[in-house]
Amino acid sequence: MFGSKRLLTICSTVLLAAAVLTGCERKEAGAGAATGAAADSGTGPIKVGVAASLSGSEATWGRSTQVGAEMAAEEVNSHGGINGRKIELVVYDDKGQSQEMGLVVTRMIKSDKVVAILGEVASGLTMAGARIAQPEGIPMVSHAATNPDVTAIGDKIFRVCFTDDFQGFVTAKFASENLKAKKAAILYDQAQAYSVGLKDTFKDSFTKMGGTIASEQAYTGGDQDFSAQLNNIKSSGAEVLFIPGYYTEVGNIALQADRLGMKIPMLGGDGWDSPQLAKIAGKAIEGHYYANHVSPEAPDPALQKFVAAYKAREGQTPDAIGVLAYDAAHVLFAAMGKAKSLSGDDIAKELAATKDFPGASGMITLDEKRNATKPAVILQMKDGKPTYFATITPN
Amino acid sequence: MNSNDKPPMWKWLLKGYGPFLIFFLIALGVYHVPVAAVGEYNLKIYTMACIAIVMAVSLNVVNGYTGQFSLGHASFMAVGGYTSGFVTYYGSFKLWGDTQIHGGLLGSGDWLFFGSMIAGGLVAAAFGWLVGLPSLRLRGDYLAIVTLGFGEIVRVILQRSSRVIYDAEKVAETPVISFVNAEKKTELGGLVTHIGGTIGFDGLPKYTNLFWVTFVALAVIFVCYRLKASIHGRAFIAIRENEIAAEAMGVNTTKYKVRAFVIAAFFAGIGGALFAHEQATLLNPRELGFQRSLDYVIMVVLGGMGSISGSILAAIGLTILPELLRSVEQFRMIVYALLLIIVMIWRPQGLFGIYEIWELPWLRRLVGRIFGRRPKQ
Repeated sequence: MFGSKRLLTICSTVLLAAAVLTGCERKEAGAGAATGAAADSGTGPIKVGVAASLSGSEATWGRSTQVGAEMAAEEVNSHGGINGRKIELVVYDDKGQSQEMGLVVTRMIKSDKVVAILGEVASGLTMAGARIAQPEGIPMVSHAATNPDVTAIGDKIFRVCFTDDFQGFVTAKFASENLKAKKAAILYDQAQAYSVGLKDTFKDSFTKMGGTIASEQAYTGGDQDFSAQLNNIKSSGAEVLFIPGYYTEVGNIALQADRLGMKIPMLGGDGWDSPQLAKIAGKAIEGHYYANHVSPEAPDPALQKFVAAYKAREGQTPDAIGVLAYDAAHVLFAAMGKAKSLSGDDIAKELAATKDFPGASGMITLDEKRNATKPAVILQMKDGKPTYFATITPN
Repeated sequence: MNSNDKPPMWKWLLKGYGPFLIFFLIALGVYHVPVAAVGEYNLKIYTMACIAIVMAVSLNVVNGYTGQFSLGHASFMAVGGYTSGFVTYYGSFKLWGDTQIHGGLLGSGDWLFFGSMIAGGLVAAAFGWLVGLPSLRLRGDYLAIVTLGFGEIVRVILQRSSRVIYDAEKVAETPVISFVNAEKKTELGGLVTHIGGTIGFDGLPKYTNLFWVTFVALAVIFVCYRLKASIHGRAFIAIRENEIAAEAMGVNTTKYKVRAFVIAAFFAGIGGALFAHEQATLLNPRELGFQRSLDYVIMVVLGGMGSISGSILAAIGLTILPELLRSVEQFRMIVYALLLIIVMIWRPQGLFGIYEIWELPWLRRLVGRIFGRRPKQ
């Protein structure tokens, strides 16, 4: 019989192993954790957490997040810091996984005692972190999470980028004002929440601006053949085609539209933003437009100053994520400078009052839903590269 | 009991179910550990380690005992996690009108969570049966590909679901399951489709606590350990060692292989339920894919195929190691991978091979030398 002796052994193995292994960990973090609730000590550097996916499939975004935030912190520190105290960034890798994000945010708040957190790029990860930071009362500023649900989590969660809803409005405004289109066609991915949401807001805004939707066609991500939908659109007499999808399908659609001899301009959202788009579609994508957060080419002095400094440091042009991280950090530091104390409530109050903040990605104003209202840029594909075309303001 | 050679009822009841009572008491004790003294971050790692133990030990039933190669363990976790998350999230709305945690330890909310855990386990077990069926004809790499394909199907279906409904009134007026007509097509609608899509299932009440993870981890270890010594476990091992010989000895290999899948999937579903309720936004189809399955396979292989104590140690070690290595920052994942390679070169059969830690000959000799006992043969 396999008796109780072995059972005892197996249990004690577990407990012993757990005790030994967590014991090592305890020494490292225990000193900070013992005091309980998160509070700033009042002296020494002010700690601010940065959650970034430094490894994993979005490592390029994580790197630009880190560099953008570090550059902002260095600028503030070289000008005397916040009320005489330096900023110290606590950068942790979340591997692009919600589980790691939870651990990282817990560690920042409980062990490192950060006063606020910057991050993340992906909406799902930001929500994972926000669900921990919100009950702890620690403000969190995301630089690139566009899903509308993110800031709805609570009054401590902010973002400095526009939402998916806003993109629909921007593209509609561009179609009716810049392209002077009266009739638009839509081809959207019915399996993607992002695509369906963009389609709805575009339709709303475009009809409000006096346009009509001539044709509304759907596809499913992964589809290869779009000729039926494109033929319908071609015969509908639309003057512009809105495709709120991701770059792989958009590339294929552009190729097939070109083959059908369609000449109307095509328009999309930030789902188009990938070097892959031009690789898939080649010449077929030339001259078409998409909306994005920021373009490194936009003729804005603040942006150009940042781009030059980033280039000098990293040896390459920043992507939109890097610019947004830099802005998010500056918005947060400005709010911390103005706040009465470094408690979460006071910082969040100042963050919510952010108005006309001159960021590198444009003027940033945070609305009552803690989302940024700020301009978007329209890029045009030229010689296989997205080129700055126009800036669209919210009003 | 009236028969002479059978022990009295209380004795076999105690023997069968007594350990669970002990686990219950241990879990109660762990639940009351002073949070401030240990640190919330450390307790979070402890929770993650316990979930990893549940997953690794249950995967050991398929990959270790039975010698089948499954690469879809995380998808059973996903099925169980989503099922139980669906039950607690929308169930809370139906019962109380909000998603707050109701009742303290073993209060009404905890019982809802317990029910959802069992539901998650059962649904995952049903999928385990489905995936186990092809193992009738496939073995080795081919079976691995089938389980891999299953994982991808689960991931894509979950990604195509709609966003979670946060509004209590909207939840109340939406049927649990319905069919909507959209452009002449009949598609599935209702609450079952509102499980978060690509963003993940957000807003789940945080029911997973130290009590539940400790209790479930101990219970799964115990059941899997007894399983190994039972007639079923012996049949599993016979299949692993030599399938033809096992068949010749009267083991219904098909039946036992499917059974291994069902048992492993059930526990994986329960592990998924714990995982889902650990943090409000943790269920994300992208993260419950191939990579996570591989993480658990690594734990089983590293600990030794078929060794429960090995799986436990590997699960604890591989959960804590990346956190300890945070100090070396960007080299973290390189050091982690290097350590894995070194261990696999040093012990290609895993830490303990097919043995448990107390069965290792060198350890026995060591213990014998220290305590002056002669090693048993």
